[in-house]
Amino acid sequence: MSSAAPPKGAPPKTRRARHAKASGRGARTARPAGLWRDAWHDLRRRPLFTVSAVLIAVVLVMAAVPSLFTSVDPYDAAGCVLGDARQGPSAAHWFGTDNQGCDTYARTVYGARNSVLVGLGTTVLTALAGGLLGLVAGFRGGWLDAVLSRVTEVFFAIPSVLGALLILSIFRTGTVWTVTLALAVLAWPMTFRIMRASVITARGQDYVVAARGLGASAGRLMFRHILPNAIAPLIVVSTINLGVFIAAEAGLSFLGLGVQSPDITWGLMIADARARFHEAAGPLLFPAALLSVTVLAFIMLGDAVRDALDPKLR
Amino acid sequence: MAATGDPVLEVRDLVKHFPVTQGVLARRQVGAIRAVDGVSFDLRRGETLGIVGESGCGKSTLARLLMALERPTSGSVRVGGREITRAKGAELKQVRRNIQLVMQDPYTSLNPRMTVGDIVGEPYEIHQDVLPRGRRRRRVQELLEIVGLDPDHADRYPHQFSGGQRQRIGIARGLALRPEIIVCDEPVSALDVSIQAQVVNLLGRLQQEFGLSYIFIAHDLSVVRHISDRVGVMYLGKVVELGRDADIYGRPEHPYTRALLSAVPVPDPDGRERRERIILQGDPPSPADPPSGCRFRTRCWKARDVCAQQEPPLQVRPGASHESACHFPELYPVPRPY
Repeated sequence: MSSAAPPKGAPPKTRRARHAKASGRGARTARPAGLWRDAWHDLRRRPLFTVSAVLIAVVLVMAAVPSLFTSVDPYDAAGCVLGDARQGPSAAHWFGTDNQGCDTYARTVYGARNSVLVGLGTTVLTALAGGLLGLVAGFRGGWLDAVLSRVTEVFFAIPSVLGALLILSIFRTGTVWTVTLALAVLAWPMTFRIMRASVITARGQDYVVAARGLGASAGRLMFRHILPNAIAPLIVVSTINLGVFIAAEAGLSFLGLGVQSPDITWGLMIADARARFHEAAGPLLFPAALLSVTVLAFIMLGDAVRDALDPKLR
Repeated sequence: MAATGDPVLEVRDLVKHFPVTQGVLARRQVGAIRAVDGVSFDLRRGETLGIVGESGCGKSTLARLLMALERPTSGSVRVGGREITRAKGAELKQVRRNIQLVMQDPYTSLNPRMTVGDIVGEPYEIHQDVLPRGRRRRRVQELLEIVGLDPDHADRYPHQFSGGQRQRIGIARGLALRPEIIVCDEPVSALDVSIQAQVVNLLGRLQQEFGLSYIFIAHDLSVVRHISDRVGVMYLGKVVELGRDADIYGRPEHPYTRALLSAVPVPDPDGRERRERIILQGDPPSPADPPSGCRFRTRCWKARDVCAQQEPPLQVRPGASHESACHFPELYPVPRPY
């Protein structure tokens, strides 16, 4: 990039030609512009990102179209033969069978959908609710910010298992949607705080002051100037949280508070297999392993995204 | 750069006190930072008024008050005859078309997530009725051309430009609405010396082309001298001396101005030793608790009792050529003919 601008007397044609030579038309197409595109370029070169993205892609496909991975439908009770219960891995049952004689591999594959739904749903809800409230509170300040901040402090004081117990007992039945809602209600204060803090930093930036000087409306300031510059931490935390929510769903299901049988989730499978772990470890270990790998993949992705979005690390 | 005609900007007794509060539940005011404390001046069409002073003297607060980015405690700012300090909503938006800002730091004053074309074109997005949508792109390219940038670079991002180029982008944004007044808040102090001159010359050229009036805030006296028709010297929220640049630089009356001028580095080694060098003692007092009477008296070698008791108003004193706020101004025996 040429540091000095051309002399002002120069006729436009030469000026343009000089710029083209100095900084290069080709350079523009080769080098991506904008921090998001820079981040994307950066991400693609990180092995951490590649590994986690591939793992996440596999889990997402598993959740969307489980029949691609197995021809057995675990929701069809006819597939379970009680006489075959607690068998070890074999050609017919890759991961063995569980207490009811159902195929553990098929159940593990089908369990991905509910886990991923809860993870994605909760992440979207918390990012939207916490993000928007944090944006408004950080931008407006004053009493609105004070009230919302006190409310989040109350939520932080509630132990999450107790809170989830309370909320789920209101709904009586645990389904994917009630678990999602319960987790979102408990988790939005975290995204709120992160968004609020980064909005407060962005709010005082010179370019926001410049836009105010032009007469920009509050909506334009928030969504055109502040939000694009303040959203990176929220994206990072949401990516990491997605894994955490999947683990939380498994935890709630394990405790019997979450999704109920006959729905299949990894947490439920672990809970069911626990009692007979000494006789058959497979029904517990395989869903637990997939759960751990999925959670780890999202946390690794979050790490990679954070590094890519932080210009200081580049 | 001759100033002609009536004032486009009238500032009267402008005061901005920032409250200092204490207490968690019941906030009570325990004092005030007197950032700007009774500033008055006029700016005429095509004129450049330089504002100089050291850090913390209220220069930038003054700029924010002129731009209605802060509400003053009292006083008035009239832009083209219309009061801006109490304007709201659509009226404020209307008045703002006439006064625009060029900021100090070209690295933070441009939104990194917007292309240069979007940044320079944003004034038209905010003020939809200025220019029909179809002609905006063309106008943005014209503006970039005017400030000496390649119009084809409109779809690049700020981080792809150098500091000087970024400052040109900021100037193009300020020009977009064709304002009469541009407030330049230290527009070159973040730039390399070699680039400073280019940007200052650009501002000078634009002034002649568009008949702009500038408020040029800086702490670099030589830059201000280069561009200004008149200069105001600020100390602790007050203007202590105001006059044509020849007066301020050739016949400084206020001791503070003399001290400031004596601190300007001289590139020529010859005569450096013979120069009078005034070194002020101590730091400026806190603007939360300014000295009684004359605010400069605590660092002034001329101070007497009257300086602590009476605050000297800013006025033309007997035998003086321009306004100063000192009981004992430096007077020059033979006034230069103008």
